[in-house]
Amino acid sequence: MSAGLLELLLENSPTATEADLAATLRELTAAALGETADLLQDDDLQTALFLAYELRYSGLRGVDDAWEWHPEVLALCASIEPEFEKALRERALMPELPEPGVESVAAALFELTGSDTGPSVSRYLAKKATDEQAQEFLILRSIYQLKEADPHTWAIPRLRSRAKAALVEIQADEYGGGRFDRMHSELFARTMRGVGLDATNGHYVDVVPAITLASSNMMTMFGAHRRLRGAIAGHLAALEMTSSQPNRLYGNGFRRLGYNADVTFYFDEHVEADAVHEQIAARDLAGSLATDEPELLEDVFFGAAAGLYVDGLSGTQQLDAWTAGTSALRATETSSMPA
Amino acid sequence: MTEPDAQPAKRWDDQWEDRPAIGADEPVSITAYPNGPLLVRGTFEILTPTGEVIPPRRKTVALCRCGVSTLKPFCDGSHKAIGFKTEQEPPAPQPPLPT
Ligand code: FES
Repeated sequence: MSAGLLELLLENSPTATEADLAATLRELTAAALGETADLLQDDDLQTALFLAYELRYSGLRGVDDAWEWHPEVLALCASIEPEFEKALRERALMPELPEPGVESVAAALFELTGSDTGPSVSRYLAKKATDEQAQEFLILRSIYQLKEADPHTWAIPRLRSRAKAALVEIQADEYGGGRFDRMHSELFARTMRGVGLDATNGHYVDVVPAITLASSNMMTMFGAHRRLRGAIAGHLAALEMTSSQPNRLYGNGFRRLGYNADVTFYFDEHVEADAVHEQIAARDLAGSLATDEPELLEDVFFGAAAGLYVDGLSGTQQLDAWTAGTSALRATETSSMPA
Repeated sequence: MTEPDAQPAKRWDDQWEDRPAIGADEPVSITAYPNGPLLVRGTFEILTPTGEVIPPRRKTVALCRCGVSTLKPFCDGSHKAIGFKTEQEPPAPQPPLPT
């Protein structure tokens, strides 16, 4: 059905066939949702949602920007999102909820992220990864990192008061304090180019597994729905709180493989940056939000737990592939991705 | 087009009486984050013991106070691995100064 979506999107001028294509797409989406064994691992559904969401970021090559707000595209998102959210709510491991309060929420978030015993892609990268595996790691990361910070930025106009100011403080740093060459997405592109990869947005979408797209789609869904502003705040907190030390190890891994500071700067920068961000995210963002709007407390922890769950799953799949001597990328089919 | 007003425009910080007057430096703020680093905001310089400026990488920095960071003087998140615990902040109030 993601092919059906593309067919509709590429039908740039409204014609008689548009209605037919749209009707077909609705049927295909319903069928795909009915048949899927696991929405988080479904290449077709995650690709469709990713394409629809990409219209809200950089757009798709050859597709009219007006499709972003077209009712058919919104309907497609609205049919996949509830199932996606339901799957995440069922599977994310929720901790016991603390009282709403800056101290209690920050402490519970540090506890949750600290007890995350997920697989360690970072340790593998530091010690064992081959050059090819290190490149695969960058390809998988590129789906989110080339638009690093953007999904959480949706939340800025949806927050008020201390939580908004805290998010702005973090995001300003993510965007290099206003310096283009220091934007984290730009630093990641430099790392990719430094190892000989293509840093064009979307270049590797076809070769990453569904769970990698699901990780990005989850952030967009949390960020783009005001109702889920608690979840996007919790997601960012968990992301920042599990980042400093892994980035140190990633940097060490690329140094071990012989790459210079041009390649490792991105990781080294994140060790220092995320040690700042995690404090602000846990207390001033998530803690303040849960204090000011206690009805969002549960979603703050849902966002954090869902992020840890999906990224843990993705990490396990990578390590399983690498330790079995196979590729962590998806077997390539004929390319259907225009952007 | 109207003539430019001879009266100079007001700077934003004229409007807040508890803010420093024009030309005065914004005070630097240092916030102790429980069980973690000190976050420093404002206009400041960090110097090495021999007086060289450590070039700032960002507006808000986190200074290590657990002693184990590999990036000192900055925090690198290592305090979590050693279970660093701070006293309740802020410290107990001091007796008031005689007036
Ligand atoms: S306070 Fe964070 S590493 Fe020391």
